[in-house]
Amino acid sequence: MLKDITLGQYFPGKTVVHRLDPRTKLVLVIVYIVALFLAKNFLSYGVVLVYLIAVIEISRIRLRVILNSLRPLLFVILLTAILNLFYSGGTPIVSFWIFKISKEGIVNAAFMVLRITMLIAGTFMLTYTTSPIALTDGLENLLSPLKKLKAPVHELAMMMSIALRFIPTLIEETDKIMSAQKARGADFESGNIIARAKAMIPILVPLFISAFRRADELATAMECRCYHGGEGRTRLRQLRYAGRDLGAYLTGAALLAAVIVLRNFGL
Amino acid sequence: MAPILEIRSLSHVYSTGTPFEHEALKDVSFSVERGEFIGMIGHTGSGKSTLIQHLNGLLKPTSGSVLFHGEDIWRDVKFTRSIRFKVGLVFQYPEYQLFEETVYRDIAFGPKNMGLTEREIDERVHRAAGFVGIEEENLQKSPFDLSGGQKRRVAIAGVIAMEPEVLILDEPTAGLDPAGRESILQNIRDYQASQHAAVVMVSHSMEEIASNVDRLIVLADGTVAMTGKPSEVFSRAQELIEIGLDVPEITRVFLRLRELGVPVDSSVFTVEQAKDAILRLKRGGAPRA
Repeated sequence: MLKDITLGQYFPGKTVVHRLDPRTKLVLVIVYIVALFLAKNFLSYGVVLVYLIAVIEISRIRLRVILNSLRPLLFVILLTAILNLFYSGGTPIVSFWIFKISKEGIVNAAFMVLRITMLIAGTFMLTYTTSPIALTDGLENLLSPLKKLKAPVHELAMMMSIALRFIPTLIEETDKIMSAQKARGADFESGNIIARAKAMIPILVPLFISAFRRADELATAMECRCYHGGEGRTRLRQLRYAGRDLGAYLTGAALLAAVIVLRNFGL
Repeated sequence: MAPILEIRSLSHVYSTGTPFEHEALKDVSFSVERGEFIGMIGHTGSGKSTLIQHLNGLLKPTSGSVLFHGEDIWRDVKFTRSIRFKVGLVFQYPEYQLFEETVYRDIAFGPKNMGLTEREIDERVHRAAGFVGIEEENLQKSPFDLSGGQKRRVAIAGVIAMEPEVLILDEPTAGLDPAGRESILQNIRDYQASQHAAVVMVSHSMEEIASNVDRLIVLADGTVAMTGKPSEVFSRAQELIEIGLDVPEITRVFLRLRELGVPVDSSVFTVEQAKDAILRLKRGGAPRA
């Protein structure tokens, strides 16, 4: 049950998208988001959409997986659509009581839905095709100029990879604790909201205790191996750009250029 | 008389329809009689943990059935839940599931879920604490202030307090010192004797199994590879070793003695029996070349 949660889940693969340097992918996601927010007419949205579909196609991530990941956000998407539909001003086509639906409203709502969906799908493509470890390596590398400003970049990246590493462990632990409390007759399914929240206590207390215990053990283990932060550390996996990264950067630049052109000289 | 628990050609498949599909149990059948002490052994990944979670309805069989006093435990949701009080399951390292502020309240969690009255709960908590040897003054302490062995006792008491007809324990002695191990085993035997309950114990220690159980179930690759009295199972030492298990050390000594030509009885699996066997041999005065 809990194992079905996809939280930044990584789908291993060998496609070009998978093999790109994590830095390239991080930068491209930012470029993609910027392009998405610059887009303001059908054609510019179309270009970004084509780009997204191309990436999905190349990475061979199934469409069903992406649609599933959108499901938890369905409510937010719908709410945005409704708000845009009614509060966009313009000349109303249909109106009843205090609600007015205008042509602008419909267009705005459609664009907003498209924008949010594409935003989520695009960022998910990053985590679907990049292992969490590669992702934190890439992030640390991209943020390394901030070290000059005394920002604890390495420590943050370390914290991130440890947090990611422990998600599956904690999920497994939760499953175990739930089974154990169920074996003592705990009931998580029936009762009102308050009863259900109370029923969580027998899970949360042991879970927190074990999380702290694990953190403590991990800290000791790291100290035993003389871990002392980023200063002068070499890495097991060196990040190296390859030809495909240049190609990917070029497609990103092309996307951005196309969107800017279409936006300003929109048809 | 019908057995308390009957498992009929039970199979369990994990993650059906995904690339991670895995058949953990294949056509497993056995039964548990009243007052029996059953040992369950098997290599890591042989399906022991999956199997015991079927016995109290935590996992639903993919096919096959689990009968409690002849009734299918999956008959309806209410019945499945009530089975959990009658078939008590103590997980591995149960002390990690303690959560209440006091030992008393943690032990009372199960009985409270059963919907018993305050008085009955109080009686059961004290009885359960008695079985596992938790002193009265410790009942009001926080379970987190106790030692590892004490915590384990509290957790076991939490299941015993439901006074189940079948008590299932997954490696109850893992990670304890020898004295702690023996005393927990004694607690389990005491409970079994006083309630005439059935006990199913999973263990990796052949010595522990040999000196406690009436009957053994050997799991290998999700199937029952052998079943029978410890003497019957441990006499098939070679097969046990092939499926990644072992026989008690003392049995190994006697098997080796036989190989060397000493005419001893090799169905020996406790030190007591070993003593008797050697005395018999001396009395018999079998000549040794």
